[in-house]
Amino acid sequence: MDFLNAIIALSNFVLVPAIAYGSQLALGALGVTLIYGILRFSNFAHGDTMAFGAMVTVLVTWLFQSWGISLGPLPTALLALPFGILGCMALLLATDRVVYRFYREQKAKPVILVIVSLGVTFIMNGIVRFIIGPDDQRFSDGERFIVSARTFREMTGLREGLAIKTTQGITVITAVIVVALLFWFLNRTRTGKSMRAYSDNEDLALLSGINPERVVMITWLIVAGLATIAGVLYGLDKSFKPFTYFQLLLPIFASAIVGGLGNPIGAIAGGFVIAFSEVTVTYAWKKVATYVLPESMAPDTLVQLLSTDYKLAVSFGILLIVLLFKPTGLFRGKSV
Amino acid sequence: MNPAVKNTLLFAIVGAMILYSGFTQSWNTALLILNMGLISAIMALGVNLQWGFAGLFNVGIMGFVALGGLAAVLVGMPATPGAFAAGGWNIAGALLFGVATIVAVVLTRRAMAQGWARGTVTLALLIAGFFFYRALFDPGVEAVEAINPAGTGYLGGLGIDRGLWVALAWPVGGLFAAGAAWVIGRTALGLRSDYLAIATLGIAEIIIAVLKNEDWLARGVKNVVGLPRPTPYEIDLQNDPGFVENAALYGFDPVTASTLFVKLAYAGLFTVVLVILLILAQRALNSPWGRMMRAIRDNEVAAEAMGKDVTARHLQIFVLGSAVCGIAGAMMTTLDSQLTPGTYQPLRFTFLVWVMVIVGGSGNNFGSVLGGFLIWFLWVQVEPMGLWLMELITAGMAEGSALRAHLIESAAHMRLFTMGLVLLLVLRFSPRGLIPER
Repeated sequence: MDFLNAIIALSNFVLVPAIAYGSQLALGALGVTLIYGILRFSNFAHGDTMAFGAMVTVLVTWLFQSWGISLGPLPTALLALPFGILGCMALLLATDRVVYRFYREQKAKPVILVIVSLGVTFIMNGIVRFIIGPDDQRFSDGERFIVSARTFREMTGLREGLAIKTTQGITVITAVIVVALLFWFLNRTRTGKSMRAYSDNEDLALLSGINPERVVMITWLIVAGLATIAGVLYGLDKSFKPFTYFQLLLPIFASAIVGGLGNPIGAIAGGFVIAFSEVTVTYAWKKVATYVLPESMAPDTLVQLLSTDYKLAVSFGILLIVLLFKPTGLFRGKSV
Repeated sequence: MNPAVKNTLLFAIVGAMILYSGFTQSWNTALLILNMGLISAIMALGVNLQWGFAGLFNVGIMGFVALGGLAAVLVGMPATPGAFAAGGWNIAGALLFGVATIVAVVLTRRAMAQGWARGTVTLALLIAGFFFYRALFDPGVEAVEAINPAGTGYLGGLGIDRGLWVALAWPVGGLFAAGAAWVIGRTALGLRSDYLAIATLGIAEIIIAVLKNEDWLARGVKNVVGLPRPTPYEIDLQNDPGFVENAALYGFDPVTASTLFVKLAYAGLFTVVLVILLILAQRALNSPWGRMMRAIRDNEVAAEAMGKDVTARHLQIFVLGSAVCGIAGAMMTTLDSQLTPGTYQPLRFTFLVWVMVIVGGSGNNFGSVLGGFLIWFLWVQVEPMGLWLMELITAGMAEGSALRAHLIESAAHMRLFTMGLVLLLVLRFSPRGLIPER
């Protein structure tokens, strides 16, 4: 029985949150990795792109809520999501047109593009704060739990409860659907194949008549979709605050690099590696250990490796280890 | 126009802008802008070393600045009585042990052949080391933080607080930053240029996280206040009959005169530091070493073919540039006479410095100094300007309208937008900056 309790406690505090967080990171890292593969620079504005898409979704959600439209047990934000994606697409296409295209035509060095993207970051951040303010915004509604801790305990008679939030369920399901769609698109459609070709070898792709501007445009559209979905899911799960999206940048980059920059499968794997390490390292293992170990060995401390404030340090540590020992990432990415 | 004339004119314009704010707002404001402008100029010099000379993209300036601030605390504040005896030795021992573990791991890895045995040993060493480290570290921290937590609760520092000796904290801040830069440089330099950016972004966030959470070190978010200053205190000046008499001679009341005098004294000290660093940077730029750096920046492959060790030179200049940022950070903390880890934001300490370097002219030391003053001035003045603009825009709207209130409230966020815009515009239309590299 104790063993079962340990497993439930572990799932409740580690597995479920880490899977949800990992899916959000994976979606974010996919966006970073796609931009890296096609446009060949690390996009520092990605966190704020997520914030922008999420912000549009939040605003539309509020509008729907004021009209009395809802999805019943599901959060209204899902209904508003397409509008958020459209808003984000418009923003990214406009940014590309006004800012990035000039440097692409000049064949500027990647580091210049990184600096430019830093400038874009702050413009986007300014816009988001200007429109919605710097504070926490709550926009989730509907049923809070799929399974709440109490019903689980009553159902099974165990001492530990397992709570699965609706947002966590939605996060995982949405992530699976989005990733499946993305891979279908990249591997099966003509446009997707031309994107991969362009990413692998620009000159060869140009020779075979692939229109680079079209590839770039489609990349931005997909990235807008991925970023908005990741941003909204993160906002639903935690809460929407513009500054936290800037801080998400580090775990997202870490995921993309750990998996191998430019490699979509790597981005997903990296997202889960980072999420699981962050959660396991900062989780206080006392409860689980008390169940598993015999009474005499039960720990009297929290058995927490690092305090939760050092989450960032965990992703950074993994990043450093990967950079030191396998700079191309777990799944061979680009190392130009 | 002759470049020398043009540059003098540019500096004169910025000087006039600061003077103008002195006449229209107050001299205290103007001197505050000047002092922070001097510090900004030093930060910009450091970043210019890295970016302008060597093309290294560092987005962790905030972290190096904060480390400098930590040095000001550790050098200036008095040691907390009893703290070292209570837990200091434990903490010091734990930290030494941590370093020793890492060294042991590195040495073992060198000694053993590649394979699963090496991996297992490495992992075992790391895990065992970590638990020993925590066993030493945790009781020490608890003991130190238990000492008068409302007032101290940290180890304290060396207590160097006499006159100009306080300035000793500045080079120490440089050393701290240099140490952190060395660790980062060793890992991330030599890889793709983007990796350095991401690694520095990370280290900056982590340094801030450490400063916020390690209360035994510098009280975390409880802040350390009342750091010693190298300048006289206002209250002493006001009680000094000679000073009051002199102030009256120039028509100042003692309170204003004393605040102005202290700020002027700071300005003098900071100018000395800036001039020293500027001379050094200029000499470095025009030396064979500086030419080599620029050669590496412009074509790494060619420089490597000429026998230059590109990664080692990059590491060298990365450490130097970060040290300069650390010095500036220590100076800033001394000027504020408090360390408040909660106020370090990447926007203010990393991004703004980048705007300074790019706008001023990357690769040119005078350019970055000019950029430092100009952008700091704008940073301070954009907020009132934004508010004024918003009031102008919303003047036609109804008095109680929600939109109007929102717009006026949001004016504070105009800063971010403006600085981002300035950076993009300069990069696009004048990528060489106000004072271009020669």
